[in-house]
Amino acid sequence: MSDPMSDPMSGPAADPAADPGGWPVTATRHLLSIADLGRDGINEVMRVTDSFVEVGRRAIPKVPALRGKTVVSLFCEDSTRTRLSFETAARRLSADTMNFSASSSSLSKGESLRDTVETIDAMGVHALVVRHFSAGVPWQVASWVSAAVVNAGDGWHEHPTQALLDCYTIRESIGADAGLEGLRIAIVGDVKHSRVARSNVLAFSALGAEVTIVAPPTLLPPSLAGWPVVVSNDLDGVLPKSDVVYLLRLQTERATESLLPSVREYTAGYGLTRERGALLAERALVMHPGPMNRGVEIAAELAGLPNSLVTRQVANGVAVRMAVLYLLLGSGADLGA
Amino acid sequence: MTASDVRRALTRIAHEVIERNRGLERVALIGLQTGGAPLARRLAAILEEIDGTAVPVGSVDVAFYRDDIGLRPVLPEAVTSIDFEVSGRVVVLVDDVLFTGRTVRAALNALNDYGRAQAVQLAVMVDRGHRELPIRPDYVGKNLPTRRDELVDVSEEGVVLGDLVAR
Repeated sequence: MSDPMSDPMSGPAADPAADPGGWPVTATRHLLSIADLGRDGINEVMRVTDSFVEVGRRAIPKVPALRGKTVVSLFCEDSTRTRLSFETAARRLSADTMNFSASSSSLSKGESLRDTVETIDAMGVHALVVRHFSAGVPWQVASWVSAAVVNAGDGWHEHPTQALLDCYTIRESIGADAGLEGLRIAIVGDVKHSRVARSNVLAFSALGAEVTIVAPPTLLPPSLAGWPVVVSNDLDGVLPKSDVVYLLRLQTERATESLLPSVREYTAGYGLTRERGALLAERALVMHPGPMNRGVEIAAELAGLPNSLVTRQVANGVAVRMAVLYLLLGSGADLGA
Repeated sequence: MTASDVRRALTRIAHEVIERNRGLERVALIGLQTGGAPLARRLAAILEEIDGTAVPVGSVDVAFYRDDIGLRPVLPEAVTSIDFEVSGRVVVLVDDVLFTGRTVRAALNALNDYGRAQAVQLAVMVDRGHRELPIRPDYVGKNLPTRRDELVDVSEEGVVLGDLVAR
């Protein structure tokens, strides 16, 4: 891992070696990449998430676990669901939340990101939830601050909490406690520009799933060396053999960048149209990270099917983020495997 | 305490619960995870044997309510399960060992998030002393004087007193 991972300043947490019953630790106090967690780390997040799902069902869905902690969301790119999801999670843990958006801050006056981040850190905040349009920014931020950093999406690179909530949602539907062993998962769409795809490939394969990527050649990354995936251009052939079909959002400007002949052509080849819905295996699950382009990557009527987990994904997102924030700030353990 | 000592103590506690509450009409049991949860289920079975009334049984994990969060690894052991209305009931919290009282304090706070119980009572298999908060049990299996650094283990086989392994 990069430098911030081996940061010796791992906070006030107890010496992990002294508590064999605790969190499996080789230590990061940040959540930057799914790769930091590994299989055991992902499973531990899932286990703690179970408890927070129960909290979410209560009449008063709030626990005092992070009283006195401050969580800042630092979003240098537009986001609705991720930001609200993290803020809801922090508040349900009784943490104080502060919200920072690039457009209304000193960043727009020309202050450097480093100065801005160090200013926030100097106020004594405990966690920074970072979303940025450039890959790697959360790592940079982690090397500057004493707060815990959670990557909420960096460029095309990673979106680890999305992958965690997707894993949790699949496990919840198939009822498996152990993992996604042998599950066939197809990730369909613009893999090249997708941080969701990168984190999910890591997470799904760490839990033992067989991942197939289905995309037009222009929307595949330049190299797939080291990716534990099978690649296909034939969605019709992959659909009947998939237990989970994970559709990625197509940003319609990809057509104007001449990566695609047209959006309609994309839908014809790679959209989960109503006709293709018939090819799905009987119990196949349909997922989408949102926001959905109905009629482009997913047919409007399919988005509402019982097999569609889209609303479960959003609901579980809050509980998964509570688990991540709790593990980083409250458990006294380090997050990592 | 042997396994049969524990069983006898549970039977006595069951009678005390019925006597004190004049029946089981509004009584519910909530075991503290993880040691109290199986004891609560056993107590419920004995109550049903004696009185013919099935009382609701739940369990609560107090990790998120502890006052030592951040001081040591505090992770939930199990998912809380209370699928009955708490408000208006007499809730008997059940735990295996009562020590500092901090776990019970956390459980009282947790319980409050589920509703306003009419009364809360506390049943423990072993009271080992060393309280740090003004909390006392209503039903006790056995008072067991201990040193602070001793370990009390309540299991199916009974109650064992051992040396606390350094951790």
